[in-house]
Amino acid sequence: MQLAHQFAIENEKITADMVEAMEFPHLAQRYGVMGVPKTVANGKGVAEGALPEAYLLGNILALVEEDPES
Amino acid sequence: MALLNDSIRAEVQKRFKELKDPVKIINFTQEIECQYCTETRRLMEEIAGLSDKLSLDVYDFVTDKDKAQKYNIDKIPATVIVGDKDYGVRFFGIPSGYEFVNVLESIVMVSKRESGLSAETKKKLATLKKPLHLQVFVTPT
Repeated sequence: MQLAHQFAIENEKITADMVEAMEFPHLAQRYGVMGVPKTVANGKGVAEGALPEAYLLGNILALVEEDPES
Repeated sequence: MALLNDSIRAEVQKRFKELKDPVKIINFTQEIECQYCTETRRLMEEIAGLSDKLSLDVYDFVTDKDKAQKYNIDKIPATVIVGDKDYGVRFFGIPSGYEFVNVLESIVMVSKRESGLSAETKKKLATLKKPLHLQVFVTPT
């Protein structure tokens, strides 16, 4: 989870939320959280499990590039 | 009874020696506190008490609507870590285990205005043109 917050601190366009899945089960259900940590970017799943910095960033940027809405 | 024992408090105080600029912890709860609202608020009170560089604002999610809107808080317990500006660092639910450490590290990074990311990552992040909202789901560890 730390990485997402680091991304937010680095770039002011980024907001990073830790969401405790047990306390907000409706959100966990909405995003199909089966395992943690699960990272959701602009409403779309981009990572399951803890990924190294370059991989998580790569997945996030790939989503941003392919999705004109995000 | 304190949530953090003496040895953890000592460890955290040691970590907080690195703090540079003041950091504000903003906590949202409500009058009749939700299941983890009380624990989260008390945890933040204890953390804020461990350095004179830290301050804590506690708001009511229901009656302090303007503040909740300002920080985009749509659920509680919520905690925001703010430095010279809002860095977009949010915690929804109680941060325990690894996420407790994440709170401490986020405070240190905001205080130093340094994300600690690699030069390569910083360069790539700078290309981002539109707002990005990350949500990371975790469970208590």
